[in-house]
Amino acid sequence: MRSPFRSLRRHPLTYLTLTAVAFFSAFPIYWSVIVASHDNAALAEVPPPLLPGGNFFANVGRVFDTAPFALALLNSVIVAGAITLSVMLFSTLAGFAFAKLRFRGRNALLLLTVVTMMVPTQLGIIPLYMLMIKLEWTGTMYAVIVPALVSAFGVFFMTQYLSRALPTELLEAGRMDGCGTWRLFWHIVIPAARPAAAVLGMLTFMTAWNDYFWPLVVLTPDNPTVQVALSQLASGYVRDFTLGLTGTAVATLPLVLIFVMLGKQIIGGIMQGAVKG
Amino acid sequence: MPRESSSSTRSFVEQESRPPAPARAARAGGGRRPLVARLSRRLGRTATPYTFVSPFFLLFAAFGVFPLIYTAWVSLHDWNLLSSENPFIGLENYRELFTDGYFWNAAFNTLSIGLLSAIPQLALALVLAHLLNRPLRAQTLWRITLLLPNVTSVVAVVVIFSQLFGREFGLVNLVLGVFGIDPVNWQAGVGSSHIAIAVMIMWRWTGYNTLIYLAAMQAVPRELYEAATLDGASGAKQLRRITIPMIRPTIIFTVIVTTIGSMQIIAEPLLFGAQVSNGAAVTGGTDRQFQTLALYLYEKGFRSFEFGYASAAAWVMFLLVVLVVGFNYLVVRRMRGGLD
Repeated sequence: MRSPFRSLRRHPLTYLTLTAVAFFSAFPIYWSVIVASHDNAALAEVPPPLLPGGNFFANVGRVFDTAPFALALLNSVIVAGAITLSVMLFSTLAGFAFAKLRFRGRNALLLLTVVTMMVPTQLGIIPLYMLMIKLEWTGTMYAVIVPALVSAFGVFFMTQYLSRALPTELLEAGRMDGCGTWRLFWHIVIPAARPAAAVLGMLTFMTAWNDYFWPLVVLTPDNPTVQVALSQLASGYVRDFTLGLTGTAVATLPLVLIFVMLGKQIIGGIMQGAVKG
Repeated sequence: MPRESSSSTRSFVEQESRPPAPARAARAGGGRRPLVARLSRRLGRTATPYTFVSPFFLLFAAFGVFPLIYTAWVSLHDWNLLSSENPFIGLENYRELFTDGYFWNAAFNTLSIGLLSAIPQLALALVLAHLLNRPLRAQTLWRITLLLPNVTSVVAVVVIFSQLFGREFGLVNLVLGVFGIDPVNWQAGVGSSHIAIAVMIMWRWTGYNTLIYLAAMQAVPRELYEAATLDGASGAKQLRRITIPMIRPTIIFTVIVTTIGSMQIIAEPLLFGAQVSNGAAVTGGTDRQFQTLALYLYEKGFRSFEFGYASAAAWVMFLLVVLVVGFNYLVVRRMRGGLD
């Protein structure tokens, strides 16, 4: 049997470098947990505490008293959930058509999709805001959800995946059995698309959960998403780092836990998309 | 959607796989089907590729493409949210913008923060990917740890790092103090605030770029490295002579994406400034020392609600993005000569 230390002996510097980088990657998140579990006085100590304290739940209580954090969490779950489902569905629909169906204008439409992926989103933010005023959606979750219901990246991602992973023979066999295009979609395309759609869903959920700038523009402080609530918490007039970092921990840890559990698939998805990109 | 075009495309699609006539006839008489199945069959017959792409394109047109184009129209007006009339003023906003010192200050800050964050970030990512591309143990664990910062929201990143960069109790100043360096007031200076913001961006994106490089490196044929190893080439030499030339398209891709991202930096300076005072947030520090272009756009558009002026700023910003991306593209392509 191979010794587990053989590769360590062969690349000692590599392991040392990677360990250092892993430390710097994880430390700020760990630090937020430390600060969140102490009181403000502990921050002034030299040397500062390096192990979690016992104040976490008291601090969480203060967070929920200071900002509408429960509402913010609920809003974020609704927003991120709705956007994720919609992006998965519409991207698979369009990706299937782009990957496997022939129609006039297909290449031009696909090109348009890819090109707009490269345009900075901030270019259109003023008219988008004016549109939200017209629709009277400012201050509501519609303003955050509806513009994000579709994603050019998602369509591109699913097109790439389905053109590789969906055998054309399978579709032809379905046609022979008398399936219309919709039945093909439900019974053949969706099962084939599931792995990629799951990755897309996870990426979309993370992006929607972490989105800050657009929600800040269109929402009001009394009805925020979790990131907007967090920024209010952290930018009050009184410097209260414990409060800010406790909010950070509450807003971040659920996502970090999901990520650590599903990390393998998410990483696979990013690397797959990268090769094609 | 005109009916003619959809029916013609339908037949075009079904041409590919149309079953032979007898088979179709046999199925048509194949007994009664449940209502749902018959309905879905009817839908199936009328469904065209356009039906599949239309939800995407309708929403995309309304909330993606339309705002992009309408920005140009708004930028030609003296358009304010609070005024009832928005007169057409031609290129006046653009003229004003070119003599606007705050705008060029923001352009300088954007470029400075962009360079400070992008170059070390991509270089480090390249080296890390090279290291990870060896037969190591615990590959998944390394990758998950590297990508952890990317899962953290930008708000969380700035809140955490503002504390770490704190003047009095920040860990960074504490560590610097061990080496005899006086505490730095990170938000106050131009250079120090740019470095602090660049560190936040680097922390969040290095791991992501590492994984993209790693994916590209795994497609490089192993034999190249084996031959190089037999010839006695060191790891660093292999990175320079084999890896970088082989993954050049991916490097160009990341340079372009990182450039576009750098030109849009807004949340970091906005929240970093909020740590000083709420007033300093939107100006990027008390002396605008770290106000980026996107933040200036936000100040004009959503604090003073000068929509016309902010739209003009958005267009100039877009032109700058195109310029910088084009320049970077040429630079990265030119590097070929020096590397091969």
